[in-house]
Amino acid sequence: MASLLKALKSQVGRKILTGITGIGLIIFIITHLLGNLQLFGDAQAFNEYTYALESLGWILYVLEAGLVFAFLLHAYLGISIWWKRRKARPEGYSKYQSKGGPSHQTWASKSMIVTGIVLLVFLVFHLDTFKFGATETIMLNGHEARDLKALVINTFLNPLYAFGYTAVMILLGFHLGHGFWSAFTSLSMKHNQYSALIYTVGIIFAVLMAVGFLFIPLYIYFTGGQGALLV
Amino acid sequence: MAEEFSIHLKVWRQEGPDQPGKLVDYTLNNVNEHMSFLEMLDVLNEQIVAEGKEDPVEFDYDCREGICGSCNLVINGRAHGPKAMTCTCQLHMRNYSDGDTIVVEPFRAKAFPVIKDLVVDRSAFDRIVEVGGYVSIKTGSAPDANSIPIDKSVADTAFDYATCIGCGACVAACPNSSASLFTGAKLAHLNRLPQGEPERKKRTIAMVEQMEEEGFGDCSNYAECEAVCPKGISISAIAEMRRNYMKAALAGEEV
Ligand code: HEM
Ligand code: SF4
Ligand code: FES
Repeated sequence: MASLLKALKSQVGRKILTGITGIGLIIFIITHLLGNLQLFGDAQAFNEYTYALESLGWILYVLEAGLVFAFLLHAYLGISIWWKRRKARPEGYSKYQSKGGPSHQTWASKSMIVTGIVLLVFLVFHLDTFKFGATETIMLNGHEARDLKALVINTFLNPLYAFGYTAVMILLGFHLGHGFWSAFTSLSMKHNQYSALIYTVGIIFAVLMAVGFLFIPLYIYFTGGQGALLV
Repeated sequence: MAEEFSIHLKVWRQEGPDQPGKLVDYTLNNVNEHMSFLEMLDVLNEQIVAEGKEDPVEFDYDCREGICGSCNLVINGRAHGPKAMTCTCQLHMRNYSDGDTIVVEPFRAKAFPVIKDLVVDRSAFDRIVEVGGYVSIKTGSAPDANSIPIDKSVADTAFDYATCIGCGACVAACPNSSASLFTGAKLAHLNRLPQGEPERKKRTIAMVEQMEEEGFGDCSNYAECEAVCPKGISISAIAEMRRNYMKAALAGEEV
């Protein structure tokens, strides 16, 4: 046990943890998007879904605690990797270029720290807006529930929110564009014959996630909250 | 006779370790397309010596045929210059044309301190090898070694990783100055052979730890190392290193 803990603190261990927490967050955002798409289901489908989630009680708290832990550990690891790289090359190059070819140095991979920190800051506002936001209480099948759907729609009628969220979701796409493939490589799943495939799947996944998430605020904003999909 | 042309150089000059360095401009008017990059620097040094105003530029080399790993240089921002799977000594001036400006810098990393000008101390690599890059069984002369049957594909892959010449370009090009490709290549070479099996766990842990101790950065999977490696070592070596490391730690090997 002691040796395993020590191993996880090593360079290799830290990278494996970055990958595991990254995959954990990926699984979370997939379920999050599927949940969000309930907005386009039956009139009360979204509120039913959030009500069901909140009714999970302690199970939800355990899940949320795990999520917070994964987020913080992931952010800590990402920031510490970036911090250490600054110490590993005190004097930089006056000219530096990628050699291309098999290199995965892209805008996405070079800005993981920036897109990551934006996501972290975004998360604070996001929780404040929705998780702890004020909602009307409605009656759903004989029980009281929060009208989160109305809160979401009202929020995204504000252009600041609609376009702010859109911008952050594009950055999430970039984070995933390198992150998806990178996580597999960190978890030592790299095999030459599959590597290119995983990279391509990662890009497609990143685009799907970004488009999926940003479609919601933009749709609400441009239909004035009255879109056919929303009622 | 090949035609001669002119190039402008910006060469990193640094008196010694821990001294400030700077890029110094030179112009060479008698560059020949058949010269290697190092021969071009020889010509520069002849010019500097003839002028007698400063010391010649120090740079590393030995074999000049792409097999020893001594030559280094970051040329216009790329370790070993613009060509894939090519060492600096194998780069020819026909890749440049009249009037080009070429920036020449040393491999930069905290773990590779500059000794003078373009020469850096790469002994950190030696120390990584010292802690585990060996086999302890008696391999004997060639016939003895062949008495252990090794699958052809295993032998071939081990050989591919063994082609690492320890040049350090992977570190130089890595945005994080990580030595994962070098260390991974040494491990992937020895760990897959029966002769390397007895120390597999110990070796993996020791070499990974030494790599960190030397002050190399973490790996962020940029794969820039594979792009600059003159031997085309695949980053699969890094994935394999991670797997072997975690296996060893889970098996309770002393970390
Ligand atoms: C929805 C949230 C997030 C998801 C889905 C996500 C996903 C990922 C994935 C899959 C990776 C690749 C892991 C690896 O290379 O092994 C990664 C890397 C990274 N993440 Fe995140 N991440 C998220 C949030 C954050 C946050 C909040 C930060 C805060 C700083 C961050 C910073 C980083 C950094 C710096 C890396 C690169 C690590 C390296 O250089 O090796 N991420 N992320
Ligand atoms: S892995 Fe390639 S780039 Fe790195 S030291 Fe070995 S030969 Fe040089
Ligand atoms: S001088 Fe030996 S590899 Fe270039």
